[in-house]
Amino acid sequence: MIHSLFLISNAGDLFLEKHWKSVISRSVCDYFFEAREKAVEPDNVPPVIRTPHHYLINIYREKIFFKLMFLFSKLGVCFIVDVLYRMCADYFGECSETTIKDNVVIVYELLEEMLDNGFPLATESNILKELIRPPTILRSMVNTITGSSNVGETLPTGQLSTIPWRRAGVKYTNNEAYFDVVEEIDAILDKSGTTVFAEIQGVIDACVKLSGMPDLTLSFMNPRLLDDVSFHPCVRYKRWESERVIAFIPPDGNFQLMSYHISAQNLVAIPVYVKQNISFFETGSSGRLDITVGPKQTMGKTLECLVVTVHMPKVVLSANLSATQGTYNYDPVTKILVWDIGKLNPQKLPNLKGSLSLQSGAPKPEENPSLNIDLKIQQLAISGLKVNRLDVYGEKYKPFKGVKYVTKAGKFQVRT
Amino acid sequence: MLGMSANSVSYNEQGSVESGVDAAQENSSIPGSISSGGAASSLFSADYKKNEDLKEMLESNKESLKLEAMKRIVGLIAKGKNASELFPAVVKNVASKNIELKKLVYVYLVRYAEEQQDLALLSISTFQRALKDPNQLIRASALRVLSSIRVPIIVPIMMLAIKEAATDLSPYVRKTAAHAIQKLYSLDPDQKEHLIEVIEKLLKDKSTLVAGSVVMAFEEVCPDRIDLIHKNYRKLCNLLVDVEEWGQVVIIHMLTRYARTQFVSPWREDAVFDENSAKAFYDSEEERRVDQSKPYIMDPDHRLLLRNTKPLLQSRNTAVVMAVSQLYWHLAPKHELSIITKSLVRLLRSHREVQYIVLQNIATMSIQRKGMFEPFMKSFYVRSTDATHIKTLKLEILTNLANEANISTILREFQTYVKSQDKAFAAATIQAIGCCATNISEVTDTCLNGLVLLLSNRDETVVAESVVVIKKLLQTQPSQHSDIIKHMAKLFDNITVPMARASILWLMGEYCEHVPKIAPDVLRKMAKTFTDEEDIVKLQIVNLAAKLYLTNSKQTKLLTQYILNLGKYDQNYDIRDRTRFIRQLIVPNEKSGALSKYARRILMAPKPAPVLQSAFKDRDRFQLGTLSHTLNSQASGYLELSDWPAVAPDQSVRNVEVVEPVKETGAPALSKSKHAKSNEKFYSDSEEEDGEEEEGSNSEDSSSSSSEESVSESESEENSDDSNKSSSSQSEKSSSESDSEKKKTLKNKKPQQQKLDSKDRKQKNGNAVKVESRSESESGSESSSSESSSESGSELDSDSDSGTDQKKNTKPKPVQSKPVIKVEKKEVSLLDLDDFSPVPVTTPKSSILSPNLLSDLQGLLISPTASALQASSPVFVPETSHELLHRMTGKGLSAQYRFTRQPCIYGNSMVSLQLTLSNSTDQALENIHISEKSSTGQNIHRFNAIERLEPQASVTVSMGVDFNDSTQAANFQLCTKEDEFSVSIQPAVGELLLPITMSEADFTKEQGKLVGMNESSATITMTPENVSSQSVNRKVVSVANLGVIPSGQENIYRFSGKTVSSGSLVLVSVVLKDPDAVITINTEKTVMGSMLLRQVKTALTNSGP
Repeated sequence: MIHSLFLISNAGDLFLEKHWKSVISRSVCDYFFEAREKAVEPDNVPPVIRTPHHYLINIYREKIFFKLMFLFSKLGVCFIVDVLYRMCADYFGECSETTIKDNVVIVYELLEEMLDNGFPLATESNILKELIRPPTILRSMVNTITGSSNVGETLPTGQLSTIPWRRAGVKYTNNEAYFDVVEEIDAILDKSGTTVFAEIQGVIDACVKLSGMPDLTLSFMNPRLLDDVSFHPCVRYKRWESERVIAFIPPDGNFQLMSYHISAQNLVAIPVYVKQNISFFETGSSGRLDITVGPKQTMGKTLECLVVTVHMPKVVLSANLSATQGTYNYDPVTKILVWDIGKLNPQKLPNLKGSLSLQSGAPKPEENPSLNIDLKIQQLAISGLKVNRLDVYGEKYKPFKGVKYVTKAGKFQVRT
Repeated sequence: MLGMSANSVSYNEQGSVESGVDAAQENSSIPGSISSGGAASSLFSADYKKNEDLKEMLESNKESLKLEAMKRIVGLIAKGKNASELFPAVVKNVASKNIELKKLVYVYLVRYAEEQQDLALLSISTFQRALKDPNQLIRASALRVLSSIRVPIIVPIMMLAIKEAATDLSPYVRKTAAHAIQKLYSLDPDQKEHLIEVIEKLLKDKSTLVAGSVVMAFEEVCPDRIDLIHKNYRKLCNLLVDVEEWGQVVIIHMLTRYARTQFVSPWREDAVFDENSAKAFYDSEEERRVDQSKPYIMDPDHRLLLRNTKPLLQSRNTAVVMAVSQLYWHLAPKHELSIITKSLVRLLRSHREVQYIVLQNIATMSIQRKGMFEPFMKSFYVRSTDATHIKTLKLEILTNLANEANISTILREFQTYVKSQDKAFAAATIQAIGCCATNISEVTDTCLNGLVLLLSNRDETVVAESVVVIKKLLQTQPSQHSDIIKHMAKLFDNITVPMARASILWLMGEYCEHVPKIAPDVLRKMAKTFTDEEDIVKLQIVNLAAKLYLTNSKQTKLLTQYILNLGKYDQNYDIRDRTRFIRQLIVPNEKSGALSKYARRILMAPKPAPVLQSAFKDRDRFQLGTLSHTLNSQASGYLELSDWPAVAPDQSVRNVEVVEPVKETGAPALSKSKHAKSNEKFYSDSEEEDGEEEEGSNSEDSSSSSSEESVSESESEENSDDSNKSSSSQSEKSSSESDSEKKKTLKNKKPQQQKLDSKDRKQKNGNAVKVESRSESESGSESSSSESSSESGSELDSDSDSGTDQKKNTKPKPVQSKPVIKVEKKEVSLLDLDDFSPVPVTTPKSSILSPNLLSDLQGLLISPTASALQASSPVFVPETSHELLHRMTGKGLSAQYRFTRQPCIYGNSMVSLQLTLSNSTDQALENIHISEKSSTGQNIHRFNAIERLEPQASVTVSMGVDFNDSTQAANFQLCTKEDEFSVSIQPAVGELLLPITMSEADFTKEQGKLVGMNESSATITMTPENVSSQSVNRKVVSVANLGVIPSGQENIYRFSGKTVSSGSLVLVSVVLKDPDAVITINTEKTVMGSMLLRQVKTALTNSGP
């Protein structure tokens, strides 16, 4: 049961609090500040802190600490913060300290609707949007002139129906349904380029704008690829279990239809290889860095948005490098080297080379820093998943349908 | 002031009679009903200086100004500022018909009502009126706010409102009532009895909306009243899929507790589950076992719960998945547990907080059941970007998962971690290595060697941690490790970390008898540097001196006295104290009492070895997924999970009599029907919904999912006590049964079919090969992916072997097909997962050193580099055969096996065996075969069944076993027509190898790469007759299937091979140094390495042929 919620900025500024039961003094946050002090990185703050009367759950997203006070808990708190986070992103374009501060009333109202007495009530974003409309510039102008409000005037009907995620009476002049198959490769490659571990995390995002109550069926060319899936509540498990098709009455607008996981036990194609040589010299407080990136298994597609990020050891003071393609930037404070390559040209492989200068007198770092790779491949699902067809039942019109595939690098790490 | 406010109440009441109706109709224009509020509140204005403008705005006539003011006030509340002085001004707006304004006032009211109880009462009448509003949403929100106002005086009003709302026609209002129950209970626990009545009523509710909330109330108010659940148990199970996510979580947790009190444990030893009786009732897609040796029958209700929660593992909500996982953990038979593994591993992708919780739970589970997560070991590999607490948890899990088979992979991974920049994590890794070393005795030596290497690390924490762990390890088996102690003594001069130095000195002292020459020398050195040492080191010097004095006083007497003198004048009083104490204890003089007689016993007492065990060892006393589990201590509100009852309580309590539960909720509906009718407009939704409930069929959305329909079907089935089943469900059942039958026949056909397939497969394009490989390499439940359509029957079969039964036996791939597949692989890039790197960064051979990779490929793709090391024919094939089945135990059938040492034709990773079966009876034996199910994880290629074996005849057949590079015995059933015999083949480690040839230079190069943990060596004294080159070669190759490398030097013998399953290199070298010989074995498979070393050692020390 969630008792209270405190939002704390990275600087330690408590800028929003909400209590669902009796009010808890904000002095409980001192326990948190103490722990925050101890953990050097904000990432390392323990997720659960125990205080004499309460349990503090710390959730860190985008430089904001969401802090929840509990009597006794379930894992689901994260989900609540996620919903709040998503709503903020939906409503204000991004979820940051400033946007929350600027829209504090709306956020507060959202929190009020989401939980009752600390128990989650409505977490479906469509319902919340009906309850409290997202602000737009136009509407806020109209509001100031006419004195009308952001609060939905029709009471949400969705919450009452058996399909709470969809409201009745949706109407569009153009009926369209788009699906994005987005796959992320999580991988660890070792020094020699061998795959230590690789798996694929995929999601299918949908944008469905269809009138009435359509009943959709999505089928795949190769559904056997998917053995570990999770669905939006609208999907019927039984149809999936028996026929391997995804049958659902969609929510209106954008939503995540399903996510899937293709585990390490399967073969995962690695679209990129990295040839790297980072070394630090025993004497002279310097080191060398030489990184070349090239395409591996790209199925004939182009690699885009290629970025190599290196978390340098603390002793590296500066980097004097030259890149044959793209730009690099070394931040001496965070010790992060970012090499933004962009599009990969297989004919001329990009290379970053040069010297690193170390703090003089300090011993040379023992371990070479690992590289994190970011990339994007359009029009390709690296697992080979293909959508076969989408059928609409229950409505007469012929919708416009589209599927897009994207592959990205998730947590893609090269050990050196 | 009170009087005044009473006035304004009455005023508000008047004002809102009309406004209540207005509000229901929405968006009406301004009817100025509260306009005169300004006059009433002018009296208050004098009291307040702050927020003056806000108050004025609230009292103005303009809606927009009021709204603006309320927004600012809510902003203040959100920032934690006090806005309570505005209470009177705000509360007047409670009856406003502007919905946004009203909502904001509600927000304010809920926040401050507790502080301003008297004033809060002013608003109550508004809510009371709203409770009778025709619009269900207005009724609900009124109840919600009313119950949130924490003012004890209104308890009776709340109670009344809850009772009323609990029989409301709208499920949404009933849901709100369920929420209100908890709030009222926390406000006034005395109301418990009345509230339980309401809960009892609401538990009978059939709406999915209500179920979650009422169970939540039940958990809060009366978690011990299990009896209230009985009649609703089956309904809850069936509704579960359609309840909203949060309700699911609560219900699952409650049902877990319930089930632990009502059903008997399914965890008996080797329990076999007979569900045939359940099958008659539940036409389930569930598994069943054919064997009926034990009488344990799972309660059909128990099964129902497991079956109905299973699909929820697919939920997008992490809390639901976690809840189902803990339910399975606490309730499911052990062999069914494996289905939760995948879902839990999926959650790891989530945010770090979720990861943290999930990893903790996995850590607890993995202690008890390694097998569950072993296939997913790589998912727990650490990334350098993980937060420290995530890293340590992953490390914990990896340590728990370590076993003989995977330890080399894990240790290799650990080697990477040790070098991490995160020193706290590196230290934790060293601890983990220590844990592995104690748990798996085969790698103890390897780990020790590795740790010793770490002693020369530059980082202090790493060195200190290594010394501490080495100390612990040595304590468990000191006698064998005098050389490590010697080595540490050598390194001593280079080690600067005080803790590490102290630890080494302690070791010297403790085991000074094992290093009689070195210890005094170390003491001599320490005497020189005593004054410069840290305190902690000085203490240990004194300690060492004392111990040496007792054991070797001849050499060290003077040294000891010198050190004691130094200690006597030390600045630190601890050291002075210790010195004085030691002197009295060990140096006998007239003053020292009886104690000095026992000095030796006191100082040299055997110390118990420290126990290295997981921090999660005792966590399982808490229910998984709870806060208490996370904290490892009981959190307030934790509900204990009871133990299984020895005898199952009466099952019939859950039977529901032929009640029409719908009628029950329908009754108040009838009485209110007139009321409802008059407000048809507002009720349209709920009526339709109720109608749907009553008929259990489609009303408005005929498209509603099939799952819902089937739920209601099975419900009605149960209610009528299974007498009159609808025909549809019967047909459904029969179809599912025939399905499972089909499935069975399919399964029997499979081996032959697949054999045929394999031929086409060679010609098929790469894609097809890939799909095949996928389904094959999948562990455990192959049915879930490949046999998607029928989940029945087969699944349990595969699950029942705790997920290790990999059906790789259906992989008949002749050796000749290898090149074909390889060529294809080059064409189709999908397949090419391994070391394809256009720029040869590493020599190709290095990839063969990666068991990870190779195990990824699972033998389907042989490593392209394998050919670089040419496989050669065995140098020596032993003729000895081993007994598999004695004729006495085999009722006349006897079987012997021997290793042929040839590459197996059935699979690349299999060891080839020759089986000789003979019949010593006087009747022919018929249909001799190996039964389908193998009881261990190995993959066995069976021989074709022998139709008939004549008396006294014998037949030789060949088979292949994938031992997976472990010496674990392969157990299987040898069957004749009448009998079944359990047999097992225990391979010697040398038989798990295949010889390869390479040049001497290559050998040294490879050997150079396999140092550290991967190297094990021993020195032996050779018997004279073994010292010829021939005999050494013969001895070694008879022990292990290795190839001999032509050697350029006379006294060095080299042998090389690779492991059959993973193809890891195994390099053996024997260096003769008369009369000693040093055997060195380098391999990544450290377990195999040390075992092989032992065998080679015995072979070379034994004389004889």
